Parts: sequence; C-alpha cells; structure tokens
Amino acid sequence: MGQSKFSTHPTSDKVYYIISGFILTFILIAVSYPLIYVLSASFSSGNAVSSGRVLLWPVDFSLEGYEAVFKNKDIVRAYGNTFLYTILGTLVNVTVVMTCAYALSRPGLKGRGSFMFLFTFTMFFSGGLIPFYILMKDLHLINTMWAMVLPGALSVYNMIIARTFIQSSIPGELIEATSIDGCSDARFFFSFVLPLSKAVIAVITLFSAVGHWNAYFNALMYLNDRSLYPLQIILREILIMNQVDVSMIMDPELQVAKAQAAAVLKYSLIVVATVPILCVYPFIQKYFVKGVMIGSLKG
Amino acid sequence: MPSWQLYLFLIPATVYIIIFAYVPMAGVQIAFKNYNFNLGIWGSEWIGWDNFRRFFDSYQFTTLIWNTISLSVYSLLISFPLPILFALMLNSFTGQKFKKIVQSVSYMPHFISTVVIVGMLVQLFNPRTGAFGALYTFFSGELLADAFANPGAFQHLYVWSGIWQGIGWSSIIYIAALSSVDEHLHEAAQIDGASRLQRVRHIDFPSILPTATIMLILAVGNIMEVGFEKVFLMQNELNISKSEVISTYVYKVGLTIGSGDFSFATAIGLFNSLINFVLLIMVNYAAKKFSDTSLW
Repeated sequence: MGQSKFSTHPTSDKVYYIISGFILTFILIAVSYPLIYVLSASFSSGNAVSSGRVLLWPVDFSLEGYEAVFKNKDIVRAYGNTFLYTILGTLVNVTVVMTCAYALSRPGLKGRGSFMFLFTFTMFFSGGLIPFYILMKDLHLINTMWAMVLPGALSVYNMIIARTFIQSSIPGELIEATSIDGCSDARFFFSFVLPLSKAVIAVITLFSAVGHWNAYFNALMYLNDRSLYPLQIILREILIMNQVDVSMIMDPELQVAKAQAAAVLKYSLIVVATVPILCVYPFIQKYFVKGVMIGSLKG
Repeated sequence: MPSWQLYLFLIPATVYIIIFAYVPMAGVQIAFKNYNFNLGIWGSEWIGWDNFRRFFDSYQFTTLIWNTISLSVYSLLISFPLPILFALMLNSFTGQKFKKIVQSVSYMPHFISTVVIVGMLVQLFNPRTGAFGALYTFFSGELLADAFANPGAFQHLYVWSGIWQGIGWSSIIYIAALSSVDEHLHEAAQIDGASRLQRVRHIDFPSILPTATIMLILAVGNIMEVGFEKVFLMQNELNISKSEVISTYVYKVGLTIGSGDFSFATAIGLFNSLINFVLLIMVNYAAKKFSDTSLW
C-alpha cells in the first residue's frame, strides 16, 4: 500500500482517502490525547500539574504521585479487594457460562428451547433495583464479598457467544466418534470442548474480568463496611468527591504542597487503577475480535 | 442420545438464573403493595395502583420523564450513527498499519471504568489545572467555565464522553460484518468505474444494514434505560435539574438513608421497564414490517 499504488488511484478517490485519513487521524488524536495527558500528568511534579503547565509530556519528572498512592492505606487495601473480587468473580462467571453453553450447544438435548427461553427472557425483563436489593438482603449477602462475586454470575449474552462458538467450531462427528469409544459427556467437555474453546474462553474471561475490575454499582448498593470496599468506591471518593485529606495540616506552606500532591495523586491513581486491565487486553485482542464476530454474526 | 450428565451441566446456570433473575421478578408485586419489612414481600398488604398514581401526580414526574428521554434520545442520535461511519471509513482506508493503530487505540477507552471516566472528566475540565482548562486559557486567555456546575453542559458532557469511550468498541460489530463483504463485488464495481465513495455507499453500507437494524432495535428498546452509574457519578447539586433521571430517582427514593420507600421505588422502576418493553416490541414489529430484520 505504498506511494506508487496511491498515485494510480483516480483523483476522486484520492480526495476520499485524504479526507478520511484526516478524519481518522483526528479521531486517533482525540481518543489518545486524554490518555497520554493522564499518563504524563501522573509522572509530573505536583507544582507543574496544579499550575497547568503539563500539556502533553511530563513536566519536572517525578514519582511523588505514585508514592502517595501506595502510601495510602485505603487505596492499597481496596486494590487488594478488587484483585480478589476479580479473580473469584471471573472464575465463577467462566464456569457457569461454559458449562451452560456446552449443554445448550448439544442439539439432542431435550428441552433445549425451553432452557434458552428461560435464559434469554431475562435479557429483556428484570425485577429491577429494589426487588433485587430485597433478595440480596434475604440471602444475607449484604456486606459480604459474595455481594461482589455472585450477582451477574451468568451473563446470558456471553453464554450465547460461547454456545455459538462451540456449535460452529466443534464438529458433531467428534462427539459421535468419541461416544462410540465410550467417552462420557462430562469427559468430552473436559478433554475436547475446553481445549478447543480457548479463544472464546479468553474472550469471556476478559469481559468478566473487566466487569469485575470496574464494578462500582454492586459495591455502592451492597457494601457499607469500609474494609470490603473495592477500588472503584475509593476512586470515586478521591477523584469525583474530592476527598483527599489536606485540611489536617495547619502550616499554609505545607498545605499548598499537599494540595499539589493531591492533584498528581489523582492522575497516578487513574493510571494505577486502569493499567492492569489495559495490560491484559493486547494479549487477548486477537481472540476478542474473533469472539465478537462469531457472537454477532451467527448469534 | 444425550445423557443425564448434560443436565448436570445446566444446574449452576439454572439455579443462578432462577434465584437471581426470577425471584426478583416475582418481587415486582410490591409495586402494588405497601411493603412492610416485617411482613415481607408476600405478606404485605395490596394497595392497587396507589404507588403509580402517586408517581404520576408528583411534581418531579414531568422533569424526570423529560430528562430521561431527552438524554437517551440525544445519546442515541449521536452514538448510533457515528460508530457506523467510523467502521465504514476505517474499512475503506488503505494503509493497513495505520488502520490497525487507529482500531487498537479506539478500543482502549472501553476498558476504563465509569468512575475513572467521570474522574477524568472532572480533572480534565478543571478550569485551572485540567488539560482542557489549560488549553482553553492558552488559546483564549480566559478561564474555562466549570462544566460540572452548569446544568446545560451535563447532557453534552455525558453524550460526548460516551462517544469517546465507545466509538471504537461499538464499531467492532460493523467491522466484523464488513469483513465478510465479497471482494468480487468491489472489483466488479471498480471495473465499472465506481469511485471509492460510491462503493462505500452502494456495497459496504447495504451489507451492514441488517446488523445496524438489529442494533437500532436494541438501542430503541433501551431508550428509558439511561445508565444509572454514569449519570449518578456525574450528578451534583448544581446540575441536578438536568441530571436527575428515573433510575437515579428510584435509587434515591428506595435506598438512600431516610427514605426507603421500597414499594414506591419499585413502582417507578416497573413503569420505566414497561415503557421500554413496549418500545422494544413496537420497534421490532416495525423493523420486521419494513426490512425483514427483527429480533424474533
């Protein structure tokens, strides 16, 4: 796609390519600028950030923001909680989704249509906020870590993606051949379906992990014990409600320094809270485009 | 013949869905009751439509409906067509490497949490220390007005930050559909002298129309469902006149301290999902009639 090819295009197409190239470049900049800015600000000094001197690259490179983040006990504990909820929750999600998808992928299963209806109906209608809250209360899940792990254990959408994937990528002849050899359904699941479904498992793992990592709503609703708080609740306090404790210091000069540190802390916190999940995604990117395609085209 | 083992595999999902989806559905009846904590869902006394009437007569009713619908419609009008245009443009561009970069970067914001997105908005639009505040001052010499204190800015911030976060991700489904377009169609059209733009219009665009129809049905069927999380996080006393929507109101009426009116809140929520459901059925019917594409 070099220059030589470009010159062979008719003029009207050249205009098209120039305009669309310009628009795509604009989108690229518009999407990446805030990300780059946040990253740069997180590595700048408090003074540079609060005086608005950071525009693109770090100014007065410093790690004070990150130091402040990791010195804050609330943040560190919430970080640990989030890791725990993410790992447990993702494990539960993938297990429930894959077992269900496998069973429903088998054409001979009696009552398959009824089960599908039972599941898909919940995509369009739900009891709503308050009945769900009452349920959580009756199950005594309020103020336990299970309030972060159990709700949403089955994503019907993911289940449909997985089911479609299994149906289209694992040939029926394989099931027949192995069952003649005496392979049970459960063994078939563990020795054939799971290894052959790596791509879709990767996609579901990513979707669930992102969901759990970013979960805010469940914590807001069902947790009021501070020691159970996930990262997102602490993030809200600091980033949006602006609750960084600077008032404790009486010395005005120190107070200014603290306020500046608080400004950088916010950017460092954004980076620390976002980077783990962004790190996972390039590895699974090749899978998820495929996964979304399968789910969308044939689902 | 499938064995009992397959049913064993269905147990976790079925138990989960019955407890966590169908039990709350049965709980919806408290919308017609005067819920009493000690009597429980089934024991509380029936009061018919009183909770609904109370909502229709309340002074917030019109504002809430208007805020909810205007925010959704605005959001839909912007966030439905832009990913389609983005996908068409990206697909028709020639530089493979550049395409890959744009695509990968555009997905990224999808993975950032709502709390961080709103936090970034607050930081970046800070008139003094934020990037946009600083850029604004740099070019105009004036101080940027505080966006979060201005009710008129709420919807724009909400919708356009949504575009920033979602344009790449929402386009995946269209890019996937475009990748299955037969290359021969393009070659034939090229021989007939069709320009790139003409090929986008007459080959690429029609080929993603069925996908787009489905997405539109789903979007319209969700029109009353403005995301609770983001609205709630962006809300403050200064912009509440524009930012209070049905879902945030339900939360406040039902679950914030001092209120706890479970039945009233459920009635409002039920009213909301009912409108949604009716819309979904209507749009699906219309789509089936006019374009043969529908959900069921």
